[in-house]
Amino acid sequence: MNLTLRRRLPHAVALLALIALLYPLLWLLVTSVKPADEVVTSVDLWPRHFEWSNYGTALDGVSGVSVPRLLGNSLLISLGAVVGNVASCSLAAYAFARLRFRMRGPMFAFTVATLMLPQHVVLIPQYIIFNKLGMTNTYWPLVLPKFLAVEAFFVFLIVQFMRNLPRDLEEAARIDGCGPFRSFFHIILPLSRPALITTAIFSFIWSWNDFFAQMIYLFSPDKATITLALRNFVDQSSTSAYGPMFAMSVISVLPIVLFFLVFQRYLVQGMATSGLKS
Amino acid sequence: MSVSQIDVTGPSARVADRAGRGRRTRRGREARWPAYVFLTPWMVGAVAVTLVPMAVSLYLSFTSYDMFSAPHWVGLRNYTEMLTDDPRFWRSVLTTLKYVVIAVPLKLALALGAALLLKRLSSRGRGFYRSAFYAPSLLGASMSIALVFRALFNDGGTVDRVLGTFGIHIGSWVGNPHLATYVVVLLTVWQFGAPMVIFLAGLQQISPELYEAAALDGAGPWRQFVSVTVPMLSPVVFFNLVLEMIQSFQVFTPAFVVSGGNGGPADSTLFYTLYLYERGFTASHMGYASAMAWLMLLAIAAVTAVMFKVSRSWVFYADEAE
Repeated sequence: MNLTLRRRLPHAVALLALIALLYPLLWLLVTSVKPADEVVTSVDLWPRHFEWSNYGTALDGVSGVSVPRLLGNSLLISLGAVVGNVASCSLAAYAFARLRFRMRGPMFAFTVATLMLPQHVVLIPQYIIFNKLGMTNTYWPLVLPKFLAVEAFFVFLIVQFMRNLPRDLEEAARIDGCGPFRSFFHIILPLSRPALITTAIFSFIWSWNDFFAQMIYLFSPDKATITLALRNFVDQSSTSAYGPMFAMSVISVLPIVLFFLVFQRYLVQGMATSGLKS
Repeated sequence: MSVSQIDVTGPSARVADRAGRGRRTRRGREARWPAYVFLTPWMVGAVAVTLVPMAVSLYLSFTSYDMFSAPHWVGLRNYTEMLTDDPRFWRSVLTTLKYVVIAVPLKLALALGAALLLKRLSSRGRGFYRSAFYAPSLLGASMSIALVFRALFNDGGTVDRVLGTFGIHIGSWVGNPHLATYVVVLLTVWQFGAPMVIFLAGLQQISPELYEAAALDGAGPWRQFVSVTVPMLSPVVFFNLVLEMIQSFQVFTPAFVVSGGNGGPADSTLFYTLYLYERGFTASHMGYASAMAWLMLLAIAAVTAVMFKVSRSWVFYADEAE
């Protein structure tokens, strides 16, 4: 008796914690299909009447820009961030992990130090520069920096991974006359797939969730992302529009949830390795 | 600040590097230029996206600049005004400090507790709960979830009604200057999964032999926790502490949503970043906002440095202890 209790207790506690943790998500789903009067009067988790038209209202979008268009805008920025981060961070990481050059130590230390740099210190000058270049209200400020390996977290993550790859393969390739470029593309890059996938997924999700930079740089409704539109939707509507507002919220987190379900192994693994050996 | 502590080059990697270097010098020098080809995007980024903007914002912090006319030099005026003549600045400092001091330890305690709990589960259960507990960390930064928390803690929201059945009638947390910050705190604590995953990985790296040896010496579960788990895990605790602290200082989206975008009610959720945004982008005082940004950088650097200093007395690095 005592033994089964001791074995079951952790499971029971974990299950309770899970329910508490998932409650806000459940609430979001349910509220997105509740009719306006029920949102205000009842906290039941099961709506008495399903108001699917909330999704119809939400899909109409904000300021005449439809939700598919807003999702497309978000997708464009996020995919840009994915391509940029994977390409530029893997190049830099390879140099830091496998090549020898002057100033390697200080340069890598600089990258690590920028992990601690608050974004706000560079934000205003970046804004001024992009403004001078006529690039505000375009996606360039949100995507271009990603092609310059400025997200130190990813450089760090890929360096960690590449350092642990066996050196034998490269040594063998070098003896066969294979230079660093072919080594990189044909040996290291394919072997680093798990780290690159982790980078891609985090890039996507962070870029998708981003709000601050998008709010600063994008101001016309047709350029807006789903996050910005959601915020404008809130401003325009009262509590009576809770249903459509949360229907739109569901739509906006759907890509993250899907990514999570498909790639959770990479995400959790990437998070775990980034914190260790540090 | 000793960056070397975060350097991932463990002693074994360094030995391997040295061996590699020896071999190579014997075979003659290898060309170094390819490294710079690989680093070209990184170098452009480091200069154009990080270093130059840092220098520019430092310069702007000594000027008055509204984006339309040229910046003009005012010396230390932004800083002195901030520190001596701006009650809203101090309000934002206190709000942010209060949030960091409450949210970070709470989040890490929960993360550690959950990691210890998951370690006791079977490996299948552990995998499932690890992923499930981690999910909020991905969603928590989104506008949608911030809106959900605002609604949950609003007048007539779930929290209000549940507390009401126990006879506690607080009404809206979001509209209450004493409670609004705690909605942001709870949203942060809800995302304990990310540090939990790191704790769990750290726990799994502790050699079972240490526990066996401790058990042989007659140590019970509590004694094992204090004498084995705590010291072996202390580097991971420290890493999480620094990371979470730096991130918490910069919290923006939940603060923006809970406060309705303006730090309300009564400036009670006027977080530092929110005030910086307001001064810089709403009021076009770019010089003032730059000074705020640099003060934030200095504060974070100072706190990090102190944490590193203090860490020597409680963080145990196994590979240095021989």
